[in-house]
Amino acid sequence: MSYHSIVMVKQVPDTANISGQVMRPDGTVNRSKLPTIFNPEDKVALELALQFRDRYGGTVRAVTMGPLKASDLLRDCLYMGADEAILVSDRKFAGADTLATSYVLSEALRKLAPYDIIFAGRQAIDGDTAQVGPQTAQKLGLPQITYAEAILQAEGSTITVKRKVDNGFEILEATLPLLITVIKDAATPRPFRAKRVMAYKNALSLLELEKMTETNSLLYIDQLKEEYLAKGLFIPTLTADDLDVDSDRCGLKGSPTKVHKIDSVVLGGSEHESIPATKDGMYALIDKLMEDHIFG
Amino acid sequence: MSENKQVWVFIEQREGKPAEVSFELLSKGRKLAESLQGELKAVVIGHEMQSLAQETFRYGATEVLLADHPELEHYNTLPYSRILSELVNRHQPRIVLFGGTFIGRDLAPRVASHTKSGLTADCTDLQIADVTYLRKDYPQLLLQIRPAFGGNIIATIICPDSPVQMATVREGVMEKVPVTQPVDGRITPVPYTPDAADQLVRIIERHHEESKVNLKAAPIIVSGGYGMGNFQNFQILHELAHLIGGEVAGTRAAVDAGFIDHARQVGQTGVTVRPKLYIACGISGAIQHRAGMQDASKIIAINCDAEAPIFGVCHYGIVGDVMEVIPLLINAYKHKLK
Repeated sequence: MSYHSIVMVKQVPDTANISGQVMRPDGTVNRSKLPTIFNPEDKVALELALQFRDRYGGTVRAVTMGPLKASDLLRDCLYMGADEAILVSDRKFAGADTLATSYVLSEALRKLAPYDIIFAGRQAIDGDTAQVGPQTAQKLGLPQITYAEAILQAEGSTITVKRKVDNGFEILEATLPLLITVIKDAATPRPFRAKRVMAYKNALSLLELEKMTETNSLLYIDQLKEEYLAKGLFIPTLTADDLDVDSDRCGLKGSPTKVHKIDSVVLGGSEHESIPATKDGMYALIDKLMEDHIFG
Repeated sequence: MSENKQVWVFIEQREGKPAEVSFELLSKGRKLAESLQGELKAVVIGHEMQSLAQETFRYGATEVLLADHPELEHYNTLPYSRILSELVNRHQPRIVLFGGTFIGRDLAPRVASHTKSGLTADCTDLQIADVTYLRKDYPQLLLQIRPAFGGNIIATIICPDSPVQMATVREGVMEKVPVTQPVDGRITPVPYTPDAADQLVRIIERHHEESKVNLKAAPIIVSGGYGMGNFQNFQILHELAHLIGGEVAGTRAAVDAGFIDHARQVGQTGVTVRPKLYIACGISGAIQHRAGMQDASKIIAINCDAEAPIFGVCHYGIVGDVMEVIPLLINAYKHKLK
């Protein structure tokens, strides 16, 4: 039996590489200055889905909700081996917290049905919440397995998964369809395939094609879309109009959590005692710790 | 309205034993309930949980909502989230707190989604305050405070229009404080009717070990960051810790780099510790890390970058190469104390 998988992926700011330019003087974040990357655990989730396809056959589709720029991420998914990549994008979706994000993604997934397994990274590095996976599963009425380390086997509509828990692991058996969130150790993402890069580097999302027509009055969007579809280079895009979404549940409007206040991190004055990095310095330090009743 | 001033804590149990973090949250929840002039309640799900339920009274719970059934012995997402979601929908507590554990982080988002509640992960502080948001006044909101965006900012999150406000908090962030006189609380049974859908995910095998690591109880912690350079260099921290009777820990960056296990991660997404002595080696001092260690009685920082933020929270600062300084420190200790 072959299986149809969909992987939820996210483009995230590279929070490990935040430079001075990114922080404004008032302590807010200038997102446009941030380099973006493929959320690491989502990349592992895609790899796990591809390995699963290699083993049992079927299809792997990648889906992301994000702005036009997220098309880059979808091309990366195609380079790795995804059969199709879908962008979910609309101004109405902007500013969403995890609840509003999971609402839009679950509606997009309904459009993309049927599927057997939905994969996602455990969490994204820009928020570390690990909430969108379970919230999407809940909205679709699907069971979930979080913190998956390995898929042991699949047989018919039953899948066996090893998952990490506090101080140990569990082996779970689940009935498909199912949503699985994946931890970093589950797989090592394969490099991009040169052949696939050549094949898909010109793949464009609807938003990107629309942008082309804005700067070139000779181009017509419907014609362009047909052309790209025919070449197999069209990245489908789902907007609010394509999904039957309630706009009150999307974006900032549909987000119960709001940012009330942002404080830039103020470092305390460095009132510490400097110890020279020498043998004498270390002797003096031990003496001080003995005075502090920590040693001795 | 009195019904809507309740503070609930989900009491997590593994093998019938309560998780420490649940009592820490009860202690914090008690303070929040006092601010709201509301009631603190515990939600316990499991099998043969009577005595565990009683234990929550020592932390100020006035009522336990107890779902006790043989099929609920081990945590399983679907039945647990169904029970809790139904309870939240019915009683509309003002606040629900979960531990930021594997179980809490599996359960809380599912319940928040079902009840359309706001949920904030990994809070490092919780407060009650009157808030004006978009020119509207909201009395007694829960302020959910957490570092965000790579630790460059601290965000205060609110859920102004959400009847139920939810948060997860990691172990050690809140202090466990029993009440002087246990509350004479009541236990209210919550009926559970098994449903075929609850068995869509079945536990086949369980491998649980008692945690060998108890960073919270360690008087001395020797901790390393990404600045240790590699796994090989990191091993010197074990030598130092062994010598001075401490535990080894690491930052998230060190865990991600594979220098040390996640169970020994200190910080916002790891454990919060308050040892007598914390030796930070090759740690720059991002706020997520500082949130987990800045209450140590004494902090020694060793870093080659004199501008590293860790020097802003330490008591003794050593600017130098960790791989040169630590052997000097080891020798000095041996010479003075052995």
